[in-house]
Amino acid sequence: MSELALLLIRLAFLAVLWFFVIAAVGVIRTDLFGPRTAPSANPRKLPTKPAKNIPAKPKRGEPRQMVVTGGPLQGTIINLTEQPITIGRATDSTLVLSDDYASSRHAQLFPQDGQWIVEDLGSTNGTYLDRSKVTRPTPVPLGTPVRIGKTVIELRK
Amino acid sequence: MTTAPVAEAPAVPMTAKRRGAQLVMLAFAIVVVMGAYASVGLGINGQIPSGTFTYGLGLAALMFAAYGVLAKWAPWADPLLLPLVTLVNGLGLVIIYRIEQTGQGGASATNQLMWTALGVVMFSATLIVLKDHRALQRLTYTMGFIGLGLLVMPLLPFVGREINGARIWIGVGPFTIQPAEFSKLALVIFFAGYLVAKRDVLALAGRRLLFIDLPRARDLGPVLATWGLSLGVLILQKDLGSSLLVFGTFIVMLYVATQRTSWVLIGVLLFIGGAVLAGQLFGHVQARFEVWLHPEAPEFYDRELGGSFQLMQGLFAFGSGGILGTGLGEGFPNLIPLSFSDFIMAVVGEELGLTGLMALLMVYALIVQRGLRTALAARDPFSKLLAGGLSFILAWQVFIIVGGVTRLIPLTGLVTPFMSAGGSALLANWILIALLVRMSDAARRPPPQAIQNEGLTQVFTR
Repeated sequence: MSELALLLIRLAFLAVLWFFVIAAVGVIRTDLFGPRTAPSANPRKLPTKPAKNIPAKPKRGEPRQMVVTGGPLQGTIINLTEQPITIGRATDSTLVLSDDYASSRHAQLFPQDGQWIVEDLGSTNGTYLDRSKVTRPTPVPLGTPVRIGKTVIELRK
Repeated sequence: MTTAPVAEAPAVPMTAKRRGAQLVMLAFAIVVVMGAYASVGLGINGQIPSGTFTYGLGLAALMFAAYGVLAKWAPWADPLLLPLVTLVNGLGLVIIYRIEQTGQGGASATNQLMWTALGVVMFSATLIVLKDHRALQRLTYTMGFIGLGLLVMPLLPFVGREINGARIWIGVGPFTIQPAEFSKLALVIFFAGYLVAKRDVLALAGRRLLFIDLPRARDLGPVLATWGLSLGVLILQKDLGSSLLVFGTFIVMLYVATQRTSWVLIGVLLFIGGAVLAGQLFGHVQARFEVWLHPEAPEFYDRELGGSFQLMQGLFAFGSGGILGTGLGEGFPNLIPLSFSDFIMAVVGEELGLTGLMALLMVYALIVQRGLRTALAARDPFSKLLAGGLSFILAWQVFIIVGGVTRLIPLTGLVTPFMSAGGSALLANWILIALLVRMSDAARRPPPQAIQNEGLTQVFTR
């Protein structure tokens, strides 16, 4: 067996060993983020999903009501439809607040893929989901308080 | 809480069984191992050895049997654990076969293959018998006693054996068993069960002093007890490795359970105190430190017992291996004493070079990663702690022995998991992997689907 052949075998074996490691990492990658085809398949799936959801009643586990649990409007209940809900001091808001700490267009809630998303509309004092400030559209879990000025709302079934 | 719905959305691909990926990776691992056998033969005498097929196919049969058990009794288990362990175990067999070819006494690939077979039997038995790992939580204190018992067993007269200056073996007929390897499993189970029960008091009670939350004095009990235990092992059995392994694992599990940095600080301080004290008082510990600091000094190099000859030979092997290694079958592993057990990593470093050694360490890292991922995905605190503790003890053991062989830390006698010749360690580590597989099966199994019609009772299957 010539020196060159042994050298090539040696390098080939090391390459195969590393290829094994990389293949294992590839399996982990798919495990974490799904198969590589997933992103291209998603846009096709997305339009079908709401189409399925709109005519049907809200599924189990999806919120049906928005309840004001704190502040001057405590006890107000708004039934959730497919329409977004705007919250603020402006008179055309769905929930009109008379709160010095709220902005005129403070926040909005809108449904997406069976979840309700809260988005801060550039308010002065901010919107808080549980205890964290909402900086970008964030899904609202059932029963989690959303605080806008003195008003606290939450989603219920 | 706010991110819960977001976190659950990408969990969909996790529920896939990934049987195909598992089989492909398993076959790949076996091909790598057979390639390594062939390469050893080509390096030694230019021929593909007959062992390529007997050992290779033997290993393949064993691993596919293990796969069958896994597919039947833990179908949702992690797809990578078995292939990764197969590769490490197979490469260990190849290296031992290679050392056997040099005629060094004590290395026997046939024995190691037999132990691997027994390891796979233990793996299968654990998976078949242990349907639900939470049953172990009920055995918390039993496991504690078993672990302690196994740890002190070598000290007993008649059964205990002293080999190479360390009293860590027991003799059963013609075999010697290293009970510490099994005791580490029992102790991790004990720690997990104990910490689940006590973590609230350990995490919350105490007062704040200069940025650190200090625990109450009476909560120090378990830490001090474990510290005493590991010091006892160190002093009475002269087993530096197991002592470091048990204590380090306990501290990390305590930290995982309580998220309290002060426990780590207390642990590290206690350990440094213990190590310095032991170094002052006991000759064999002091010798390890001297050898670590000055392995090149002639008086240590030539010393008969506990000298630096072995360590230096290992370092020379790493040096002659360089980046790409000498090639399998072309190094001189017979120059390193005990190259088939503690110093197997030096042989890998010589013949596969830094590149091969790094690949192997990556495989260990991936095994640990799969274990920690299982801990993250697990649903109850006991499983989280157990999976985390078992993965950590594996990583910690690899670190202690590789660090010792490469002179990063003082050398302590521990086996390299799945690679070193030795039955006890192989069996214990296969059981460890079986536990991880069992837990990953439970963690990845999709939760029972809620029945849409209201009013019906929801059925849970275990």
